[in-house]
Amino acid sequence: MSARWIDDPILRVDALTMRFGGLVAVNEVSFAAGRGDITALIGPNGAGKTTLFNCLTGFYQPTSGRIAFSPERLDAEKIERLTRSARKSDGDTFLLERMADHEIVRKARLARTFQNIRLFQGMSALENLMIAQGRSLSRAAGFSVLGLLGAPSWRRAERAAVDRAAGWLERIGLTGRADDPAGELPYGDQRRLEIARAMCTNPALLCLDEPAAGLNATESRDLADLLRAIRDEGETSILLIEHDMSVVMRISDHVVVLDYGQKIADGSPVEVRENSAVIAAYLGVEETDEPAAEAALAESAKTGSDAT
Amino acid sequence: MTRGDHIFRAAREAAWATLVVAGLGFPIIAYRAEPDFNNALMLQARWPLFFEFCLAAFVLRFALALWSGGAAKAVARERIWRKPGWLGPVALAVLVVYPIAIVGALGPQAALKWVDTYGVQILIYVLLGWGLNITVGLAGLLDLGYAAFYAVGAYAYALIAPATGLGFWALLPVCGLLAAFWGFCIGFPVLRLRGDYLAIVTLAFAEIVRIVLINWDVVTHGEAGLFGFPGLNFFGLPFIPGPRGFAAHVGLPFAGVHKPIFLYYLVLVLALAANFVSLRLRRLPLGRAWEALREDEIACRALGLDTANIKLTAFALGAFFAGVAGCLFALRQGFVSPSAFTFSESALILAIVVLGGGGSQLGVAVAAVFLVGASELLRELTFLKSVFGEDFDPAQYRMLLVGLAMVGMMNFRPRGLVSTREPTIRLGPEPAK
Repeated sequence: MSARWIDDPILRVDALTMRFGGLVAVNEVSFAAGRGDITALIGPNGAGKTTLFNCLTGFYQPTSGRIAFSPERLDAEKIERLTRSARKSDGDTFLLERMADHEIVRKARLARTFQNIRLFQGMSALENLMIAQGRSLSRAAGFSVLGLLGAPSWRRAERAAVDRAAGWLERIGLTGRADDPAGELPYGDQRRLEIARAMCTNPALLCLDEPAAGLNATESRDLADLLRAIRDEGETSILLIEHDMSVVMRISDHVVVLDYGQKIADGSPVEVRENSAVIAAYLGVEETDEPAAEAALAESAKTGSDAT
Repeated sequence: MTRGDHIFRAAREAAWATLVVAGLGFPIIAYRAEPDFNNALMLQARWPLFFEFCLAAFVLRFALALWSGGAAKAVARERIWRKPGWLGPVALAVLVVYPIAIVGALGPQAALKWVDTYGVQILIYVLLGWGLNITVGLAGLLDLGYAAFYAVGAYAYALIAPATGLGFWALLPVCGLLAAFWGFCIGFPVLRLRGDYLAIVTLAFAEIVRIVLINWDVVTHGEAGLFGFPGLNFFGLPFIPGPRGFAAHVGLPFAGVHKPIFLYYLVLVLALAANFVSLRLRRLPLGRAWEALREDEIACRALGLDTANIKLTAFALGAFFAGVAGCLFALRQGFVSPSAFTFSESALILAIVVLGGGGSQLGVAVAAVFLVGASELLRELTFLKSVFGEDFDPAQYRMLLVGLAMVGMMNFRPRGLVSTREPTIRLGPEPAK
């Protein structure tokens, strides 16, 4: 079995370290995410998953390390050349640790959601999706001048953006509530709306921070279907942090496990499930109790796949 | 709850309120420091007044508690209110007819005050309110120093007009752009700040501007201010008596009210233009980005919005409106001095925006009419002198009015006069009115 994260990665993280004072939250972590894959980043609480995410998306400036990203093709030689130069990007290859958060979204096309949902609560669901398309729309609005005059080109662009947003609302089943404030939607709908909003930025890599947190069984099944559908369309790869093992095992192509800021395992879901270090980290058992822990983890994964 | 319980609770609440009033009032009401003829300070006891205040507090609180049946009930009263469609055209018609109707009804002499003080002044505040509404109401950036930009506009006109000989048509945009430039400049250092910290920096900026105006004697003439700069003219015709004036040209008898009427329409047109721009911008990516910034800055960054640009444009456009308003202020007064741009001016404009319900154009306009109009009306209440004695100056109770308005708002409409937010774009049909 060929691994896409080795042959054709979209993201390559090398020796990434993030230090907060004396605390090393992420310690020399290296991994790659495959183009067209759903890559899951798992690990116990406090393992450094969200910190790593914040480094990828420019919210934190990593202490050291390199994050190379390309929506098209990641070429090792090109990365080396770029690293030696002082530039942020070369064509479609980007060094994310050198870029500001909004540049990462706009230029490198990497979008994210948050562990605690961050919708624009007072604004309608449709408006939330329109804001996500603001970048391309504001060009069409001619820096507001054409928009103020109501130019036809702006009207066309606005209609196209509304259609796109309406398509996403349809897809997540929120067409009927398009004009309601996002903060008044049920929790599960808010989660899906946040994903739709990130998708409206037209990302090459979608980073989801615990998308299934707080969802019931039906909702997380719907979510898994949505994520798989996004992956299967082929335009967007997915990187997600998740605690819900049933979701992880069911949809991911590749799992990276962190514990205490270090990578302890990396591979296909099956490989990771059988990895003794992972079992120990997850269930907090001594190595001697290994068989029992392994059985427990296999059991939880099994109930997960049964649900599909 | 029985009636007895009810009265007992009301009495207990009233007793607490009285205690608070007594505690607060003791140092400021019971004793007053007065200089005697040697200029030494003498403490003057005013116990009767103090007890009158305590009694008033008790009676009022008791009555309020009985009437409302406790404080908790008052909050849930906010009703969803939708603007009826006829309101805009009717309001516009009233505004257009207003000065002519007043002159017709009262004659040109008596109408002067109604056109100038009430008409022009209130419209300038509406313009200021709409400008600050962009910064505070839409973008959510708390600006406590808005009067600084107002001052920049006023001084820009007063300094540039005599020096260059340019008319006000040319200088209106110049004043706006200069103020916007300063809005941009103050925007830069505060890009990383939010909330309280931002408010303090803007407050300090306004003080810096005011103190520069006071101390830069050579240019600004300090506290004395600037006057004698060219005033308003009607497309080249000055508003003066005699054959060269506006009145003689159009064949009207000269009247002092012509100038304020022209200024009134000028401000009205500019305010409507500002309103149009604000409403249109709300529907554009820039306006939506402002509101998104108010809602959640981190989410904005995660969507690739450049928050620095969004903040700077919000500051600059808000300041632009203030600059234009400042120019109009200079035209109206014919005199500018630093005392017109103190903190209380910023506070009044902010009160207009907050009372109006951040984000709502109509609410801001109504709040401006109410706060500015009512405080001007206070000056009219001279008959109160016969009740409270000759020393009573009703105009001094202006700030009390602002306070009362705020307390009333907190109780009945905690999110402002017009607090319902209409989405800037809809997928479904408009909801039934």
